[in-house]
Amino acid sequence: MFRPIAASIILLAGLFVAPGFAVTPDEVLKDPALEARARELSAELRCMVCQNQSIDDSDAPLAKDLRVLVRERLVAGDSNSEVIDYLVSRYGEFVLLKPRFAWHTMVLWAAGPLALIAGLIAIFLTLRRRNAQAGQVPYAPQTKLSCDEERRLKALLEDTDKI
Amino acid sequence: MIVEFGHYALVLAFAMTLVQSVVPLWGALTKDERLMAVAAPVSVVMFLLVLMSFVVLTISYLNSDFSVLNVLENSHSAKPLLYKFTGVWGNHEGSMLLWVLILVFFGALVGAFGGNLPSDLKATTLAVQGWVSAGFILFLLATSNPFNRVVNPPLEGADLNPILQDIGLAIHPPLLYIGYVGFSITFSFAVAALILGRIDAAWARWVRPWTLLAWCFLTLGIAMGSYWAYYELGWGGWWFWDPVENASFMPWLAGTALLHSAIVMEKREALKVWTVLLAIFTFSLSLLGTFLVRSGVLTSVHAFATDPARGVFILTLLCLFVGGSLALYAWRAPMLKQGGIFAPISREGGLVLNNLFLTAATAAVFVGTLYPLALDVVTGEKISVGAPFFNLTFGPLMVPLLIAVPFGPVLSWKRGDLLAAAQRLYAAMGLALLLTLFTFWLWGMEKVLAPLGVGLAVWVMAGAVSEIVTRVKFFEIGPKRGFARLVGLPGSAWGTALAHFGVGVTVLGIVTASAFQEERIETMRPGDTVDLAGYQVTFDGAAPRRGPNFTEEVGHFTIRQGGVHVADLDPSKRVYTARQMPTTEAGIHTIGFSQLYLSMGEGRGDGAVDVRVYFKPLITLIWIGCVIMSLGALFSMADRRLRVGAPKPAAKRKTASLAAAE
Repeated sequence: MFRPIAASIILLAGLFVAPGFAVTPDEVLKDPALEARARELSAELRCMVCQNQSIDDSDAPLAKDLRVLVRERLVAGDSNSEVIDYLVSRYGEFVLLKPRFAWHTMVLWAAGPLALIAGLIAIFLTLRRRNAQAGQVPYAPQTKLSCDEERRLKALLEDTDKI
Repeated sequence: MIVEFGHYALVLAFAMTLVQSVVPLWGALTKDERLMAVAAPVSVVMFLLVLMSFVVLTISYLNSDFSVLNVLENSHSAKPLLYKFTGVWGNHEGSMLLWVLILVFFGALVGAFGGNLPSDLKATTLAVQGWVSAGFILFLLATSNPFNRVVNPPLEGADLNPILQDIGLAIHPPLLYIGYVGFSITFSFAVAALILGRIDAAWARWVRPWTLLAWCFLTLGIAMGSYWAYYELGWGGWWFWDPVENASFMPWLAGTALLHSAIVMEKREALKVWTVLLAIFTFSLSLLGTFLVRSGVLTSVHAFATDPARGVFILTLLCLFVGGSLALYAWRAPMLKQGGIFAPISREGGLVLNNLFLTAATAAVFVGTLYPLALDVVTGEKISVGAPFFNLTFGPLMVPLLIAVPFGPVLSWKRGDLLAAAQRLYAAMGLALLLTLFTFWLWGMEKVLAPLGVGLAVWVMAGAVSEIVTRVKFFEIGPKRGFARLVGLPGSAWGTALAHFGVGVTVLGIVTASAFQEERIETMRPGDTVDLAGYQVTFDGAAPRRGPNFTEEVGHFTIRQGGVHVADLDPSKRVYTARQMPTTEAGIHTIGFSQLYLSMGEGRGDGAVDVRVYFKPLITLIWIGCVIMSLGALFSMADRRLRVGAPKPAAKRKTASLAAAE
């Protein structure tokens, strides 16, 4: 129904957003350990009628149903992964805010590390090529200044001192 | 009549951009000074024309002229004056006009103050800026004209989306746009350098202040948006990894990388080619952000397909500018001269490391944002990529970067000594370790990562402080001379230290507010009290109230600590009359850097309401850190050596005049 999203969205996209007041007191489980697990799971499950909002944050009726469902499964003794499996079997992978690692999400998961490795290789190759081109260790002293350059440098330095 | 005047000014501005796109470039390529000289005055005229049309639109809003479609759809006569004014950019057409206004304003700045630039570089840069302006003014005129009229105007408008009727969101877009669009100047400089086939000293000198300026505003804009989301959306979240947030975060990440590589280019003439590429990337990401947000592609790929006019137009612009500039890069970059060589362990090496991690992080966010769209288009499969994914992929990339931050400024140029650098940071390391242990002692082993996060944040902050202290040799020369040297430090040194310190502050806020937040969700009757983090929150009752264009139910809460009155909070639930749309106004009480956050939910009859109370330790540090970062950018910009349009150093001028005399 509604999706409280971040600042810019509304303005930039002109979307409708309503304030959220997600978990209501009557949903909260008595057992604090179970409730903590329920909250943890809720943060990873998507409110399917909202845009990019977890069921923990959403006040949409569907999100409430899902929160109650998660709690029911936990009370029935399901493990965290069993609850997730149950929800995926019922609503599809769209319900997961953190997609599973599979062939169709390979690129997604690997993008960051791959970019890092590719960058490292690129830097390594560039440094090696440049050192080879320079034909010297990268930080070896440059060739000496010519007499004319020495004189100009001295003149410039003296000039700076006066300021 | 005045509305048509604004419309006409915009059309005229478009004609001017066409002149700007061709004439100065032709002049630069044929070395014709007269043609090149066209660029500066035309850039100023373009700005004045767009400004005129923006003023006209603003006047229509202030007068509630409902014969203008844009005003009719987004304003209301009972709206407070401030929001009539800021409502100008609270909609698609108006905000694009603001976008274009800032674009041509930056062009005019280069035109008016670029006197010390080589004339061909200046002319070409302004021509490139002219292409971008032409594209976006045409976009406005063709698909998003804010000056369209209504034949039989109704008496009352539809009002501005109530969630935008807030001071935070009134200033958020201008800040964000100055950041976004500010990168257009570095882009134009980069493309001009590629066209002319050389990167000279003037290029290097100009790129950094412009990047700093854009980055400074983008940082403030993002922070503002985040704080707004925090207090307005009603459950205390401050970053959601939403695609639209990512759209502004990607240029920020790339811009941060650009800022750092520009330092290497300026000081050591190295990384030139990479800096050009980053400049292109950064603005491309700004354009991508504009596309994502403006085309509606985010809401759904199918919504985009059914009403594609705007989306396709921006997508075409995006492809033209990004594709064109990258093709130009591939063709010309190999011809650019590479400069300055350096050892891997050196200040340059540190900055390259910074670029590596920031670029990888940008790539991770980029793929995370666009992958669901791409997968949907290609296979029809729907997946969601949200906060848990980004925390898992983006977070680990930031940790090594943050560990490395304090080392960068204490390494020397060309060839550094890691051990000597570490010695200068012993104090910072000790402090970080101490605070990590302290946090463990305070919170126990329950949350292992959080104390390490605190240590990391303290490490970054203390590293920035010790960089400054060891730089002036504070303890060797005594406090008196130490202070004198402290004041005499160049602005860029202060800028670096402040910005890095700000990063640490933000990280500290993020870690403590996420890990150690306390929360209570209760149904409260009048007279009920909830205990949280040592505070007693008492609900005294709720009462209805009327605002200028809304009605609200205001709750009254009293906060006490050990029986002593601390504060009164009045959170409310509003309904805006014109759109019948509800919003929540949270009640926030700041205690030091921490905040007590109270939000009211549904009423339960007999005066009882659902209430959420949070204690968010050190949360304000998140935004204070961002402000410190932008302050760092300002200090760096104020550095005499880097000032935009700064005169040549006296020594140089003197030698030049001597040479002329001979």
